[in-house]
Amino acid sequence: MTSLPNSSSPQAKTKQINIIKLIILPLGIILLVIFCLAPLLWQFLTSLKVNQDISSLPNIYFPTRYTLDHYINLFTSRPLVHYIFNSAFVSIASTLLCLGIGTPAAYALARLTLRGEKIILAGIIIISLFPFILIFLGLLELIQILKLGNNYISLIISYTAINIPLTLLVMRSFFKQLPRELEDAAKIDGYSTWQMLIQILLPLTVPALVTTGILTFIFAWNEFILSLTFISQESMKTLPVAAAQLSGSLGKEIPYGAIAAMTVIGTFPLVVLVMFFQGKIVQGLTSGAVKG
Amino acid sequence: MGLKVDDSMRKLELHNINKIYKTNKGNVIPVKDISLEVDEGEFLTLLGPSGCGKSTMLRLIAGLEQPTHGKVIINGRDVTHVRPGDRNIAMVFQSYALYPHMTVYDNMAASLKLHKVPSDQIRSLVQEVANKLGLENLMERKPSQLSGGQRQRVALGRALVRQPAVFLLDEPLSNLDALLREQVRADLKQLFVAQKAPVVYVTHDQTEAMTLSTKIAVLCDGKLQQLDTPQGIYNQPANQFVASFVGSPQMNLLTLHCQGNYALLGQVKIPLPNLPQVPPQIVLGIRPEDVALAQPEDKHRIEGRIYLVENLGMHNLISVRVKGSDSLSIRALLPNNLTWETEEVTLAISPQLIHWFDSETWVRLGSL
Repeated sequence: MTSLPNSSSPQAKTKQINIIKLIILPLGIILLVIFCLAPLLWQFLTSLKVNQDISSLPNIYFPTRYTLDHYINLFTSRPLVHYIFNSAFVSIASTLLCLGIGTPAAYALARLTLRGEKIILAGIIIISLFPFILIFLGLLELIQILKLGNNYISLIISYTAINIPLTLLVMRSFFKQLPRELEDAAKIDGYSTWQMLIQILLPLTVPALVTTGILTFIFAWNEFILSLTFISQESMKTLPVAAAQLSGSLGKEIPYGAIAAMTVIGTFPLVVLVMFFQGKIVQGLTSGAVKG
Repeated sequence: MGLKVDDSMRKLELHNINKIYKTNKGNVIPVKDISLEVDEGEFLTLLGPSGCGKSTMLRLIAGLEQPTHGKVIINGRDVTHVRPGDRNIAMVFQSYALYPHMTVYDNMAASLKLHKVPSDQIRSLVQEVANKLGLENLMERKPSQLSGGQRQRVALGRALVRQPAVFLLDEPLSNLDALLREQVRADLKQLFVAQKAPVVYVTHDQTEAMTLSTKIAVLCDGKLQQLDTPQGIYNQPANQFVASFVGSPQMNLLTLHCQGNYALLGQVKIPLPNLPQVPPQIVLGIRPEDVALAQPEDKHRIEGRIYLVENLGMHNLISVRVKGSDSLSIRALLPNNLTWETEEVTLAISPQLIHWFDSETWVRLGSL
C-alpha cells in the first residue's frame, strides 16, 4: 500500500514552521518584553506626571502633561547626590574587592589539586544557599561589637562576603574550561608566572570578570536590609534606603511621583552599565559553549 | 640571546627518568625508569596506548613536570631543574594552545619577544617561517578566525620560529580530519627532515609513528617496551605487546600447546624455533598479510572455515576458524582480486614469518 499524504507531509510541515516563525514567535517575544518592561515604563511615566494625573481615577496611562518637578524636588529637598555617591562607592568597592579576592581563589580551586577541595566547594555552595537574612542578626551584632555602624566598611565587607561564593563558582568554572595547555604553552614560550597571569590569562578572563562584576554590583546597589540597619546617618544612606524612606517622610499622602523618580534614578546606572558591557556579558555567559 | 644553538651538539638525553604520583590509593607511576637518547636529525616517536605515560614523558622533557628521579640533558646541559621557558625547547600541543587574544603574528613572535630578540630580526624570522608554511596572508587574523588546519600550521610555526634545541610534538595531528591529516603528515615529514634539531613526537597512531620516525619507542604502563627503527619494530617486535600494538590489521596471536619440537595449530604441526627448553604453551604470532591461500606446494596447510569477510578496499580481511579447534581463529589479508569458491579454505603460513612469544612473560622467543 502506498502511503497517503497526510497533514504532516513536508509542505504542510514547512508551512506550520513558517506560521510559528512569522507570527507566534514574534508575538511571544513582544508579549514577554511588555510583561517585563511595563512596570519600569509605568514608573518612568509616573515620575514625569503631575501629581493630579498620578492620583486621578480612572488611571491616566499616557499623560499629556509632563513635569520634571519630582526630580527637581528630589535633588533640592534631599541629599540625593550623597545617596548616589554612597551607593556607588559601596557597590564599586565591594565589587572590586570581591573580584580581587575571589578570582585568585577561584584560580587556585580550579587548577591546584587541594586536599579537601570538595569540602571547600560544598561549603561555598551551602553558604550561598543560605538566605542571607539568616546571617543578618549575627552580622548586626558583629558590627556593634566592632563599632562599624555608620561606616562604609560595614557594608563593603558584608557585600563582599555575601557575593564571594558566586564569584568563586562562576570564575572557577570559567578557569576550568580554559585549556591548561594554554598555560603550558605560555610557560614553554618563556612567560613568567606573573607575565602569564597578566598577559595571557587576564585578557581571556575579562568577559567572565565583567559578568560576575556586574552581578555583584547589582546586588550591592540594590541591597536594602543591611544598609538600613548598619547606616543611620542621613548623609551616608544608600539609594534603596533613601527611596524607601521617602514615603514616610513627606506627610500623609504617599509621594508616588517622588518614589517613581527615585526608582528611575536608581535604575538608570544599572541599565547603562549593562548596555555598555552587553557584548562582554553574553560572551561571559556563553563562554566555553563553543570550542575556541 | 639564548635561542641560537651551538651547531656542534644537538642531543636530548634522558637518564633513568622516573615519575611517581602519590595518591590516596597508593602510588601511580606513569613513567618507570626510562633512559633514551635522541641525536641530531633524529625523529623519535613515543608510541603507546592512552595512559601508557607517553604524554607525561613529553611533559617531563619540557619541564612542565618534574621527574621524581633521573635527569634530562639537552645539548649536554643538565636542565632537570630548569624552567620550561629557559630550556630552549618548542612544543606543539594537541589543542594547538594558541593565544586566543593575539594575532597569528603575535602568537608566533611571543616567545622571541620574551627572549629580547631585536624586533627587526623577529619580523624576518616570523616572515620566513610564515612563507614556508603558507601563512603570509593570515598574519593579522586571530586564531578564532582560522580553520583547524590553519591553526595547526600556526602552532607549528610558533615552534619553528624559535629554532629550538629540541622539538616536542604532542599528538599534533589528532584534531585534524582524516584527509587533512595525511597531507599534514607528509608536510611534517618534509619540514623536519630539513632541519637538524632532535624531535620527540607523541602519538597513539601507528601509521604516524611508522611514516614519520627514524626511531620509535613503544611504551606500555610507563615502561619502554622496545626502542628501534620503524622497520625493526615491525619486523622484530620485542614482545607480544609490541607485536599486537603495531600493525594493522592486528597480528594473529594464538596460544598453542607444544608437543616435542612442534606447536599444535589444530591438526597442523608447526616446527618451533631453537629453544633451550620447550615450554608447555607458546604464543604464535603471524601478521594477516603473511597468511595466504594455500598453493599445492605449501607445507604448512591450515584448513578452516571462513566466518567473516571484511572488505578493506585494496584487500579483503577474512577471518577463518581453524578446523579441529573451535577456539582458534586466524585472520588473513588477501588481495581483493583473489577469490575463493567455498567457505572451506586452506591457508598457508611460512615458518620464517612466524613470531614466537613466551605465553607468560610475553617476551620474544628464538631468533629468525
